[in-house]
Amino acid sequence: MLPVTLPAPFADWFAQRGWRLRGHQARMLELAQEGRDALLVAPTGGGKTLAGFLPSLVALAGGERRGLHTLYVSPLKALTVDVGRNLEAPIAEMGLPVRWAARTGDTPQNRRARQRKDPPGILLTTPESLALLLSFEDAATFFGGLEAVILDELHALAESKRGVLLSLALARLRTLAPKARFTGLSATVAEPERLRRWLSPAPERVAVVEGDPGVKPEVEILVPRGYMPWAGHIALYAARDVYGLIRAHRTTLVFVNTRAQAELLFGALWRENREDLAIALHHGSLAPEQRRKVEAAMARGGLRAVVCTSSLDLGIDWGDVDLVVQVGAPKGVSRLLQRIGRANHRLDEPSRAMLVPANRFEVLECMAALEAMEAGTLDEVPAPPGGLDVLAQHITGVACSGPFDADALYEEVRRAAPYADLSREAFDATLNFVATGGYALQVYERYRRLVQGEDGRWRLTDKKLVLQYRMNVGTIVEAPVMRVRLGLRGRRLGEVEEYFVTMLQPGDTFLFAGRLLRFEGIRDNEVIVRTAHGTVDPKVPAYAGGRLPLSSHLAQRVRGMLGSHGKWQRLPAQVREWLEHQEKRSSLAAPDELLVETFARGGRHFLVAYCFAGRNAHQTLGMLLTRRMERAGLRPQGFVASDYNIAVWGLESVGDVAPLFGLDMLGDDLEEWMAESSMLKRSFRNAAVVAGLIERRHPGQRKTGRQVTFSADLVYDVLRKYESDHVLLQAARAEAAYGLTDIRRLADLLAEVQGRIRHVRLSRISPFAVSIIAGIGREQVGGGGIDRDLEEAVAELVAEAMDETVAA
Amino acid sequence: MAEISVRGVRLVLEPSGAVWWPERRALLVADLHFEKGSAYARRGALLPPWDTAATLARLETAVERRAPRLVVSLGDAFHDRDGPASLMDGARTRLRALTRGRDWLWLSGNHDPEPPRDLGGEAAPALDLDGLRLRHAPAAGAAAEIAGHLHPKARVATSRVRVVRPCFAGDGSRLLMPAFGSLTGGLNALHPAIAGLFPTGFDAWLLGERRVFRVPHGQLRPERAAFHTMREELEHDG
Repeated sequence: MLPVTLPAPFADWFAQRGWRLRGHQARMLELAQEGRDALLVAPTGGGKTLAGFLPSLVALAGGERRGLHTLYVSPLKALTVDVGRNLEAPIAEMGLPVRWAARTGDTPQNRRARQRKDPPGILLTTPESLALLLSFEDAATFFGGLEAVILDELHALAESKRGVLLSLALARLRTLAPKARFTGLSATVAEPERLRRWLSPAPERVAVVEGDPGVKPEVEILVPRGYMPWAGHIALYAARDVYGLIRAHRTTLVFVNTRAQAELLFGALWRENREDLAIALHHGSLAPEQRRKVEAAMARGGLRAVVCTSSLDLGIDWGDVDLVVQVGAPKGVSRLLQRIGRANHRLDEPSRAMLVPANRFEVLECMAALEAMEAGTLDEVPAPPGGLDVLAQHITGVACSGPFDADALYEEVRRAAPYADLSREAFDATLNFVATGGYALQVYERYRRLVQGEDGRWRLTDKKLVLQYRMNVGTIVEAPVMRVRLGLRGRRLGEVEEYFVTMLQPGDTFLFAGRLLRFEGIRDNEVIVRTAHGTVDPKVPAYAGGRLPLSSHLAQRVRGMLGSHGKWQRLPAQVREWLEHQEKRSSLAAPDELLVETFARGGRHFLVAYCFAGRNAHQTLGMLLTRRMERAGLRPQGFVASDYNIAVWGLESVGDVAPLFGLDMLGDDLEEWMAESSMLKRSFRNAAVVAGLIERRHPGQRKTGRQVTFSADLVYDVLRKYESDHVLLQAARAEAAYGLTDIRRLADLLAEVQGRIRHVRLSRISPFAVSIIAGIGREQVGGGGIDRDLEEAVAELVAEAMDETVAA
Repeated sequence: MAEISVRGVRLVLEPSGAVWWPERRALLVADLHFEKGSAYARRGALLPPWDTAATLARLETAVERRAPRLVVSLGDAFHDRDGPASLMDGARTRLRALTRGRDWLWLSGNHDPEPPRDLGGEAAPALDLDGLRLRHAPAAGAAAEIAGHLHPKARVATSRVRVVRPCFAGDGSRLLMPAFGSLTGGLNALHPAIAGLFPTGFDAWLLGERRVFRVPHGQLRPERAAFHTMREELEHDG
């Protein structure tokens, strides 16, 4: 093996900065020279991105090359901007003849057109923008000379549905650019083998390069000076402490789990901000200009703190951050490590982080995360399946770029890891769906969108489809949103969900983009607002999805902690006392037991089970338990689920709880519930949009015609009745089954605790149960049939009306 | 089933979305929107072609149950002008069988201003019967009217149950019917386009599976709420 040396300008540049070529950087250069695929695994920091780009910069340093050389794909638009900024330094300082450009959904149309006519040497983009580029007729020419593909944050891409779309794009690139070598950059993961296969259909030829392990982060849990809350997830109680941390550090990143939480905490911090420190807000619903401004200010070192959501989880390289604060429980170790890695991007110094739990259970979860970090264990995330809806979108994109041969495309698609086991039958059914809708009743022959020519190749029948495809590309299906504008001709603040807007009356106030706003009205499909002052109880826009459930790895550790008193010494005194009270008043189950408490309160009989299986699984468990209780005549009335436990209440007391938790619950009951659940409908809605049956709506776009149009739910009902094996129903079922992976956790748990349910009958509520009973009022029993639901709703409404009459 | 009176005329509201008029032995249906799937397919969105069959099956059941002397379709029987021609042979035969042996009136709608040919029945822009006017779109300020067009649906929510269903909306002088078609969406009954028709308020009758449920308009909910107030946020979550 030849020792790798840096060409002159690079060696000088490294020397000027007091750097030396690190082992993994040298190895990456070497592999690039051999034209080999590589997976670089390293903790955040440590020059991973530079290691990825170094071979391309060296290759391009000689100049004299036209066309696209390196394609870089990252999961975040913000990351492409940041990486561009970091590329600019070596290019400018060494005077390299290298042109780079970013291309995302935010890139103006004219610049995009220029990029296609005269491609830069290095193009930085996202999975969606790459899919679009591949759908152009000149894709083969554009990508033909490509030599390197760099996939940043590969671990994050590979576990998302966006990654499924990207995997198909990569398979396409391997066909169009046979010379290209593929490089994956990833954080440390539990299963690197899976990423190797994801990167290449020949995983054994992907070299794995380990980066420097770096220094272990220093992480602490914030113990409040005052009282530790029993319930809630916002942790506003800690705003003063968090502000104190910001004051004591140069630059702090404050991570929260939801956008609503970000708005609320940001407001609370500014109420504390007597010194007018530069504290900014960053989340995915803010206007891009606003986000870019915050990112640029941060890069300049002009901010003391940013309150942010997962929008800043990945990769952004801000050397000046000396503290990361995680407000609210981390939910998973891998993501927490990722966030902590945002602090101190220098390898030789530890990252510093502070965890701020919002309630007592979250203290346990934070402690479990510390344990996991010390032990070096990570979450295992199941890979999303290769969905037929995503495949349909890809096939449409391929058709847009030109005629294709079905046999060749089938072979190509199977090179993408998520589709390695795709059957020819499923592929053909999906192709047929794109061509004619794929219905058994073949009545749409004359409206077909793809037709097979005499040469056997498939082509588009109508160029209109190209436009339709481009407007609908991507796998993220969000609730419809509306733009928010400050004043009629003022600037754009961001987007809120349409549902939220329908609930606003002119004059109402709400918290958004870090401001208190007054709703003025709707003009040209935009929400017009003005700055407001001094309202007591403004609304806060909520956004669908976004909350990740507790990882099973952390849950396991929390359960272990409850059973081992030795570990309690590390907990804050308040929390330790809380555990002791629980043990005295009720019980703490052993790790192989399931604790179930029952007690009466306010005329209702409660059952609380501590499964620690995550919110999603508990939601399903709630549905299943109430079904069973219904059949047993226990007259259940509702349930509420958290990451840690589930509470069900009813009108009759439960005698023996063991039969309620029988394993058979996950068989027929689950099947039956799935069939009528809203979950399948939701998956269907997503699949229908991704596959292109239903068009996405874009913010600001006018609704065409009257509001009365077809809904995906009705399409679902009709299809289920008349064609239950249709491709889209198959796609919806597969996605729902993937969403049910939490159910598998539940199944494992139930199997484990059969015969070991510790049922404690209490005369009153237990210390543990307080957290969940406080949340009651949110979840309802469903699936009782439309008539029964309606009957009950009407009965209750009548009772309510009568009450009012009496009171009046 | 709910029995109501509109300007003294006794009407039965059926959970299928049809109205049964006992004194006239008449069955009323609104907004069948046959061939909506193929209408979309023609424009490139390949919706399932099963909607006509589904709507037809429900219509046959409704007709069989009541054996009406007269059936009135209150407009938008077809999703567009090309609808009748797009019918598959089986569906055409079944429709003809339905219109035979009884009076059948196609009122015209905005989607199908011209009556379908070759399907039997007669066509008219509107029908006056026992002091009530039956027509497709409700007219501003009109009374003594039965209409469709707006596809009303209603949302109710209590502490335990949340339901959205198609509904009838009426105030004793005017009745708005839900869409009968299988692929037809709806408009919330509190939307000004519907609520504005009833200046002194209205009742909604939500379609259940076997019954209809009356709910006064004051107890209906607008489109789903997606926010919490700050206080709720503090108590519950983000």
